[in-house]
Amino acid sequence: MSVAHMSEHEREEAETREQRALGFWLYLMGDAVIFALLFATYAIMIPGTAGGPTGKDLFDLNNAALETVLLLVSSTTFGFASLSVRTGNRSAVIGWLAVTFLLGAGFVFLEVREFAGMIAKGAGPDRSGFLSAFFTLVGTHGVHVTMGLLWILILSAQVMLKGLTAPVASRLYRLGLFWHFLDIAWVGIFSIVYLPGLL
Amino acid sequence: MFGKLTIEALPLYSAIAAGGAAVTVGGALLVAIVLTWLKAWKYLWTDWLTSVDHKRIGIMYIVLALIMLLRGFVDAIMMRAQQAMALNAGGYLPPEHFDQIFSSHGTIMIFFMAMPFMTGLINLIMPLQIGTRDVAFPWLNAVSLWLSAAGAGLVMVSLVIGKFSTAGWTGYPPYSGIEYNPGVGVDYWIWAILISGVGSTMSGINFVVTILKRRAPGMTLMRMTPFTWTALCASVLMAFAFPAITVACGLLALDRLAGMHFFTNAHGGNMMNYANLFWIWGHPEVYILILPAFGIFSEVVATFSRKRLFGYESLVYATAAIAILSFTVWLHHFFTMGSSANVNAFFGVTTMIIAVPTGVKVFNWLLTMYRGRIDFHPSMMWSIGFIVTFVIGGMTGVLLAIPPADFLMHNTTFLVAHFHNMIIPGVLFGYLAGYMFWFPKAFGFELNRGWGLASFWCWLIGFYLAFMPLYLLGLKGMPRRMETYNDPTWQPYLMVAALGAVVVLCGIASMVMQLYVSIRDRKLTADRTGDPFDGRTLEWSTSSPPPPYNFAVIPTVGDREPFLEAKKNGTAYRRPASYAPIRIPSNTPAGVILGGFAFVLGFAIVWHIWWLVIVSAIVMFITVIARSSDDNAEFTLSAGEVKRMEDERFRELGGRA
Amino acid sequence: MKLRGINWRGAMLVAGMALLTGACDLKRAAVLDPKGPIALAERDLLFDAFSVMMIVIVPVIILTLWFAWRYRASNTSAQYAPNWANSVKIDAFVWSIPAIIVIALGVLLWRSTYKLDPYRPIENAGPAIEVQVVAQDWKWLFIYPEQGIAVVNQLAFPAGRPVSLRITSDTVMNSFYVPQLAGQIYAMAGMQTRLQLLADQPGKFVGRNSQYSGGGYSQQHFEVVSLTQGDFDAWVAKAKQAPGRLDAQTYPAQAAKSRAVPITYYSAVEPGLYDQIIAKYRHSGHAHTQGQGSAVPARR
Repeated sequence: MSVAHMSEHEREEAETREQRALGFWLYLMGDAVIFALLFATYAIMIPGTAGGPTGKDLFDLNNAALETVLLLVSSTTFGFASLSVRTGNRSAVIGWLAVTFLLGAGFVFLEVREFAGMIAKGAGPDRSGFLSAFFTLVGTHGVHVTMGLLWILILSAQVMLKGLTAPVASRLYRLGLFWHFLDIAWVGIFSIVYLPGLL
Repeated sequence: MFGKLTIEALPLYSAIAAGGAAVTVGGALLVAIVLTWLKAWKYLWTDWLTSVDHKRIGIMYIVLALIMLLRGFVDAIMMRAQQAMALNAGGYLPPEHFDQIFSSHGTIMIFFMAMPFMTGLINLIMPLQIGTRDVAFPWLNAVSLWLSAAGAGLVMVSLVIGKFSTAGWTGYPPYSGIEYNPGVGVDYWIWAILISGVGSTMSGINFVVTILKRRAPGMTLMRMTPFTWTALCASVLMAFAFPAITVACGLLALDRLAGMHFFTNAHGGNMMNYANLFWIWGHPEVYILILPAFGIFSEVVATFSRKRLFGYESLVYATAAIAILSFTVWLHHFFTMGSSANVNAFFGVTTMIIAVPTGVKVFNWLLTMYRGRIDFHPSMMWSIGFIVTFVIGGMTGVLLAIPPADFLMHNTTFLVAHFHNMIIPGVLFGYLAGYMFWFPKAFGFELNRGWGLASFWCWLIGFYLAFMPLYLLGLKGMPRRMETYNDPTWQPYLMVAALGAVVVLCGIASMVMQLYVSIRDRKLTADRTGDPFDGRTLEWSTSSPPPPYNFAVIPTVGDREPFLEAKKNGTAYRRPASYAPIRIPSNTPAGVILGGFAFVLGFAIVWHIWWLVIVSAIVMFITVIARSSDDNAEFTLSAGEVKRMEDERFRELGGRA
Repeated sequence: MKLRGINWRGAMLVAGMALLTGACDLKRAAVLDPKGPIALAERDLLFDAFSVMMIVIVPVIILTLWFAWRYRASNTSAQYAPNWANSVKIDAFVWSIPAIIVIALGVLLWRSTYKLDPYRPIENAGPAIEVQVVAQDWKWLFIYPEQGIAVVNQLAFPAGRPVSLRITSDTVMNSFYVPQLAGQIYAMAGMQTRLQLLADQPGKFVGRNSQYSGGGYSQQHFEVVSLTQGDFDAWVAKAKQAPGRLDAQTYPAQAAKSRAVPITYYSAVEPGLYDQIIAKYRHSGHAHTQGQGSAVPARR
């Protein structure tokens, strides 16, 4: 195998990674359309409480603020993991991914606890259109975070087994995009759902 | 154990329904028997079902589309027959059955005929036209195909187990909600659309990345073929519009499964939101379907007029303008919902603005024919038939875009005639032109011209006979979707429309004959050069069918019609000094496994078989993880093998090289 | 004049007669034969837009066929310009012609959409008669609040007097459609839409639901009758004699699913019944209902 061919091979690999990055961006934009429509649906359905509880009766700003902190910090720790990928520090990558996972899991725990509390109070998603929209919007984000957590586990295993190879690093890059995207979506939820619900 | 599924689900309630089920099961069995008899299962599995080659995936998409075209047409002719007979409760179908038929007809024709046909043609041709070896994400492409097939499978299985939706192809709540529709029909509809919709979104992303990142050197955006341009615009729309129908159907599913209140009458639901979500997808969808057809017409008209396409830049800008504007007009599907005059007028005007770039395109095709040398190949006939008929549909569309005029004609058969006037001569004629144009590229022999022309004339005349009466009936105030009626003056028109459906049937029969005759005579009409129509663009520079790697050496492009230029300059068919090894993605069963379990998942949700939902979801998840963790999904074709295949190609070419 | 056994003269005669009957039939087509100012204005709009578009549609069709014939491959005498693919002049022309037509139609559209807004009362025609319309499975209930009567599947009113309709649904989405008088608008539960109509002369018309709503949909039509003032008064008096009464107790039985329901009169209607039908969807279910609201319009 000639040297020239090797570089050709590498060029193809680099192109493939670039294509995957663009494809993933497009996926995220499509996901953003989903969130945008769920936000719009939520906004339309705020009055649809059908005589049931409103956001003011239900939302706990402390809980939402804590969730926000967990998710924002987890984005930062993921940033550290990405930096460690660049320096090729395998154990640091795994360490930062583990911290990110714990923060994300904490977020999911808080959200599930909030949901369970509301359902126990009789304010479940089948109570009113408003609550359907709330649970669906916030829940869709929560499902995304859960998927992200699974993804972190899988890629951690790959880092351990395969090392920071080019394909693994490129997967970590896309996971990073996904994780930061969820942060942005959450900022939208916090400012459109929780804040006005309390004002 | 089996959720809501009991023996009651078999369609023994009517002879016609049982007959439909028997034909479906019998057809599937027949195919299985023939495959076993031919000992073709292994070949089918290794060469086709597990293939990630864009050309094979494209062909499988088109096969799916043609099968579903037959099914959708059976629905159509049953409706025409019913309405022709249905004066004063005449006819042979009870309302519950008639309503399933119009729902499945629309659902199938849009989601499982037009979408796969379009995706198939783009898959087959676009990578060849931009001079690349495959799409950006080959195995994702296979997943898209099998998810579409899974959705189509759910619609087909509803014929045999349970019933299909009666809520029409748009599934408007609250009628489609659990309160008014407790059966499984709407669930079949929802999950067929959700599953295939994921596939379409991924196809859109795949094509956009392919076109933006994998063009041959020298092929700037403004040197892309018109078909590639329209494929790009349609793909962008697919990636960004399909999420809207995912949301619409997803929320409807939550209403039905989890007792939520997004679109219910009471409990704070808002059905108007559904109409908005559905048509935010639905209008771009029209352009997702028709833009690639426009692209095909552009290629066909230029090739068979033996002339450069007139006004390429105009055409490109018009395409892009249509794509962007298509997101701004959705409300015209429900002017009658009581929006204020401001809102209605705004959306009416945006709708009319789309007529401008569309009109420009029509003039461009016309001027491409002007001073040409027109060969009346069937593909060209589809194009001419399209232009003449499409302008009529465009005109009635502009009429419906005027809100007060829409108050008179909304929801009547005038509307039905209008959108069929766009979808049949616009979309379907385009795809059939593409099918007859690129068939030799895919299979290495031409389709019979005579039967092609017969098919064209039957479709064209059948279309006019079937839909002109519907325009008139709309003017007479006949609402759509009527299973019976009491106005005897409608009946003659409906009889003519039924006759039209019979003529279209002859058109379909001619297509079947064309395929049979062409396969029989394939030795006589073999395409040894790969360029049977004196083509202009890169797909014609390869052999027919092209080798797995498409191009042994990636071409360098310096013109909008690179292959025609190369033929003029004598640089076409020039052998390279040497060949390099080529890496090709390996086949994988992951796509077909995912599609299979997506089908099981959908079926299990429809029937509330929750353990099966969990099992199939886990299998799908593991399949995705396993395949996407695989770092060695490619194999290498050595330079020697490439040379051997190219040698063969040049032997076939003989003197030309 | 026989060719292969077909009597061409006879066939042409039959075809001609069919066309003639068809043309006569179409003259009476509901949309083309309006009987009131609203439907007339809507139809005229249709005709105007149609005529304007013919300016471009007809030439395009003729040119397509002519070019196809003239530049057929076998006609070697026709000019052949394989590389002629650009012309700034023609480009300007093909963009400007559709643009001009669309601008003209856009102005027409904008004005007419305001003028024919179905919420806008008919001007200069005297006081309107109010009718409340409820779409049900599968029939139409018309409540006359001023007269205190209700009718199923018949909408009667005096000719020459505007009729102001408030429309809702007690089931799935319907579309209230009277092509010869007013066009259509959706009927949706928990909401109210509006429509105005006026009949110039006494007469009988057909009204329908045009939005598919389930099994009985095809038979869900109603009679629309415009009467002289005297006949209308007699009609009201006759309805007042009917045995049935409509109130919160009898309403559910009346609203229950039924197909092909004959015209039925109710001599008395509980005041506010229509508002109750809307309100029951607004504040459904649970204890902390915040009092009875009035009808909430679909348009805010």
